[in-house]
Amino acid sequence: MIARLLKSARLAGTTDVVVIGAGHAGLAASYCLGEQGIDHVVLERGEVANSWKNERWDSLKLLTPNWQTCLPGFSYCGDDPDGFMNMPEVVEFIEHYARFADAPVRTHTRVTAVRRHRGGYRVVTNRGQWQAKAVIIASGACNTSSVPKVAENIPARVRQLTPHQYRGPQDVPPGGVLVVGASATGLQLADELQRAGHDVTIAAGEHVRMPRTYRGHDIQFWMDRTRIMNERYDEVDDIVRARGLPSPQLVGSREPGMLDLNYLQKGGAKVVGRLMGINNGTAQFSGSLRNVCALADLKLNRLLDGIDSWVLGNSVLCEAPERFDATQVDASPSLTLKLDDGSIRTVIWATGFRPDYSWLDVPVLDRKGRLQHEGGVVDAPGLYALGLPMMRRRKSSFMYGIEDDARDITDHLVSFLDAASVRPAA
Amino acid sequence: MSEVQAAVNNGVNVEALLGAREALTAAPEAAQFVWRAESEWQSGTHTRSNVQRFFGLGEEQSHVREFSYDTDHPEIFASEDKGSTPVEMVLVGLAGCLTAGIAAVAQNRGIQLNSVKATLDAPMDIQGILGIDGDVRNGFDSITVKYTIDADASEDDIAALVAQSQKRSAVFDIITNPTNVHVEVNK
Repeated sequence: MIARLLKSARLAGTTDVVVIGAGHAGLAASYCLGEQGIDHVVLERGEVANSWKNERWDSLKLLTPNWQTCLPGFSYCGDDPDGFMNMPEVVEFIEHYARFADAPVRTHTRVTAVRRHRGGYRVVTNRGQWQAKAVIIASGACNTSSVPKVAENIPARVRQLTPHQYRGPQDVPPGGVLVVGASATGLQLADELQRAGHDVTIAAGEHVRMPRTYRGHDIQFWMDRTRIMNERYDEVDDIVRARGLPSPQLVGSREPGMLDLNYLQKGGAKVVGRLMGINNGTAQFSGSLRNVCALADLKLNRLLDGIDSWVLGNSVLCEAPERFDATQVDASPSLTLKLDDGSIRTVIWATGFRPDYSWLDVPVLDRKGRLQHEGGVVDAPGLYALGLPMMRRRKSSFMYGIEDDARDITDHLVSFLDAASVRPAA
Repeated sequence: MSEVQAAVNNGVNVEALLGAREALTAAPEAAQFVWRAESEWQSGTHTRSNVQRFFGLGEEQSHVREFSYDTDHPEIFASEDKGSTPVEMVLVGLAGCLTAGIAAVAQNRGIQLNSVKATLDAPMDIQGILGIDGDVRNGFDSITVKYTIDADASEDDIAALVAQSQKRSAVFDIITNPTNVHVEVNK
């Protein structure tokens, strides 16, 4: 006990920058810092690419095609540019990158506290403390599953699983499943469980509908070419809303062409409105399903209109435009679902993810626990973030989107260190 | 953009609304409102309700004057029909809320509205309220709102106005989502 305390209290080292997390974001930061000759260390609670390795369901694949998957100075060079990496392949890609970047990673070093100390930061870990002038928080955007408060009222006999607990259909007992949430996670898990023979009900609030392929090209090709993904955090009307948008209903696969509510319904799934409450063992759904589907259909058509008009002004080889059927909504979707009669055995909370800042002892969180930052520049001198949704650009949460952010953040950090070093010595 | 905005006038002060949104983001406690109504039974199924005062922005507020509403039942229910039925008042509230939203969103998006009309239909099996069949609920089976909108915008842009208005509508939320209701008797 005392030995362990002493171990965590000793000073492990002093450096200019501590990067927290050796995922794609932290390693990209390390590469950019290395380019500029900045002394730094990357602290990783587990192993390189730890979340990708241990905290994702088995069938998950990247939502971006291989040709787009890249990190600073490093690109995909396999023979399937139009394919999508599964998690072991993502882990291998990131491990390869860590070696390529020669990143100074300290694995199995869990950060337990970060606080202001001697004009910089004291980073406390289970393997000693680091003193740094600056810190880059690259510990991930999906550390925990967000579960709504109504979960408390789910009858005890119903199994509840978050995407962090779910690895595959083997984790789900036979019987009906209620999937709460219609983002990429909800749609993928609903599809997988339906294929495995479960009766699936999916509760859909606002969602983003998107085809995998449009006019013969991957949707990511269009989003990249039309510069949608490059839209900056300081250009959007409502940044809070943009950062909270659910992930588009995509899956890293050419089939189906569009994983949407229509596709699930063709397979037998029942679609209901947003889960609003659970009363005496009965789930209550919002009567707004028709409108959230109309919003998603309108938004999809605006995206496709934008692509079509871009094509008119640019030379690109592609197929003819098409429009997709409107989302089918029952004349009177169910407003209630009994959870206590045995028909529903499992509830899956595909209700989003949150970062974990429980170790961050610097007052930079807002009243809802979100990190306050301007494009990754946190509201405390020398503190930065990387890898959060729409952090500096729409593409910030994608692997290929990290490069521009990492370079911007590194540039800001270098000027911060320069300014700090010209201060007269005490 | 300013050129477009100067030309569009739906009678909505969007700058004031956006200013309020910004101010209330910074001071969420001021966003706590309480809406009130007072009612008094007149006779039979006739009740008169008044609204004037409400709470918001941290203090008591008042409408410019008191508004009064009569609710009653129609003559086919052997009532005197001195006002709309209470369930029709719910439709009035929904129409008012959605249409106000459409005007505000249109103004914000630079869309000139020329006319906005709606018809609301709400089927109801009154075996519920009469206690004839316990399996029939008291309230509406459903509500259908049909808008006819003349505006200087495409069909999709008009559909988007109506969709956005539902998304931000209080009455739409009140009707589509459960609310805990506490009815007490003063001693």
